[in-house]
Amino acid sequence: MRDFSYFRANSPDDARQRAAQSGAMLLAGGTTLLDLAKCGVAEPQSVIDISHLASLSQIKADADGVTIGALAKMEDVAGSPGIRANYPAISQSLLLAASPQLRNMATIGGNLLQRTRCPYFRDPGTFFACNKRNPGSGCSAIGGVTRNHAVLGTSQACIAAYPGDLAVALVALEATIDLGDRKVTADDFFVVPGNTPERETLLERGEMVMAVNVPASPVARNSTYLKVRDRQSYEFAAASAAVGLELEADGKTVRDIRVALGGVATKPWRVRSIEKALIGKVLDAGTVDAASRLAIDGAVAHGGNRYKIELAPRVVARAILTMGGLA
Amino acid sequence: MTRTVHLFLDINGRRHELDVEPRTMLLDALREKLGLTGTKKGCDQGQCGACTVHVDGKRVLACLTLAAQVEGRSITTIEGLAAESGDLHPVQAAFLEHDAFQCGYCTPGQIMSAVACIREGRAGSDEEIREFMAGNLCRCGAYNHIVAAVREAAEIA
Repeated sequence: MRDFSYFRANSPDDARQRAAQSGAMLLAGGTTLLDLAKCGVAEPQSVIDISHLASLSQIKADADGVTIGALAKMEDVAGSPGIRANYPAISQSLLLAASPQLRNMATIGGNLLQRTRCPYFRDPGTFFACNKRNPGSGCSAIGGVTRNHAVLGTSQACIAAYPGDLAVALVALEATIDLGDRKVTADDFFVVPGNTPERETLLERGEMVMAVNVPASPVARNSTYLKVRDRQSYEFAAASAAVGLELEADGKTVRDIRVALGGVATKPWRVRSIEKALIGKVLDAGTVDAASRLAIDGAVAHGGNRYKIELAPRVVARAILTMGGLA
Repeated sequence: MTRTVHLFLDINGRRHELDVEPRTMLLDALREKLGLTGTKKGCDQGQCGACTVHVDGKRVLACLTLAAQVEGRSITTIEGLAAESGDLHPVQAAFLEHDAFQCGYCTPGQIMSAVACIREGRAGSDEEIREFMAGNLCRCGAYNHIVAAVREAAEIA
């Protein structure tokens, strides 16, 4: 790992000013930045430590919603009684991610900005070609081992999957990301690779995730995060679904529903077509199965990841049926 | 150009003064600069848990923590677990009692993680212990004995 200079930011403004310098990178929990620095993927010239800015680690809830400071730790957010009661998909997505040690370190802002686990991206010593690392150099994954690569939102330049869980829940619950001077929806915050896979979010140099706002709603209160993976614990998603469901007073007709997918796409993947197909319908297994097939509209397999095209709709269907009391 | 940062680190109730390169991880500072070799370097990339230590009472990975980042925090390593008298911490004693290791390399990390796991109230059943000890890998596969040791230590805690 290349050496760098170390600064401890004394305020959010100080952090943003320092982060605007070329070669500067923000350090929060460190679980992504320091890992990627060891891999030779991240080469910061200066590291701006923001982990001591206590003002950014608060969780504030009221009747309208919850604001989670960017530096709140995954474990603290997952265990917050208000989050568990009113936004269970968020709590579950966090508890099903990483390990207790990593959750004690990693922050909410950093979690959103975690980089792909594509093994070609993470190994610059062996694989020169990676359009995400070296724009224009090609993609080593296409034609390679692709079991964990995306089938949705891919391009000819990149098929790397977005690996996070929390962001999938946030997209489903229509959260907004507070960047200080502007706010963007979680869905808009993440961008598909297209011809510029090096660009993963709307974040500009000198900007910093300050907080995440999640509106309170019946779908948030009755939400879940279902994660299917190769191991029972401590593993990234093969496919996952965040689902929020609100039923009419009859207990079976869908008044509102939200669906987002993880582990199968290049960004957290909201599936509005499933939501439209189910609103106003009476929930039953056949209706849900048919609607869930819409999850993989436009999916493209690259060899080993073909199973995700079958798996993703099943994960969605199971999550919806579970929330509807039918599974 | 070699740049160093001058640090005061509070480890196991003692203050240590040291100079390190800014990129130095807490793990390397402990092992190479301070002679505290109980904390182990396994994967060195945040996957195996062998380097688990406590920072302000929370279990974290020393291999993905900059030494400079934890100045002002309170750090506990495996060396700081036993009492002054030399009496083992109950989790250490339970690991001995249940033969919860083979080669022993992952053991300091397992024990540091287990102490925190019990304190977090996450050791209520074998299933819960397995889930909340998932960040500590044992390549010898001593998991059944590790679970038994954690369960016993949790019961007497």
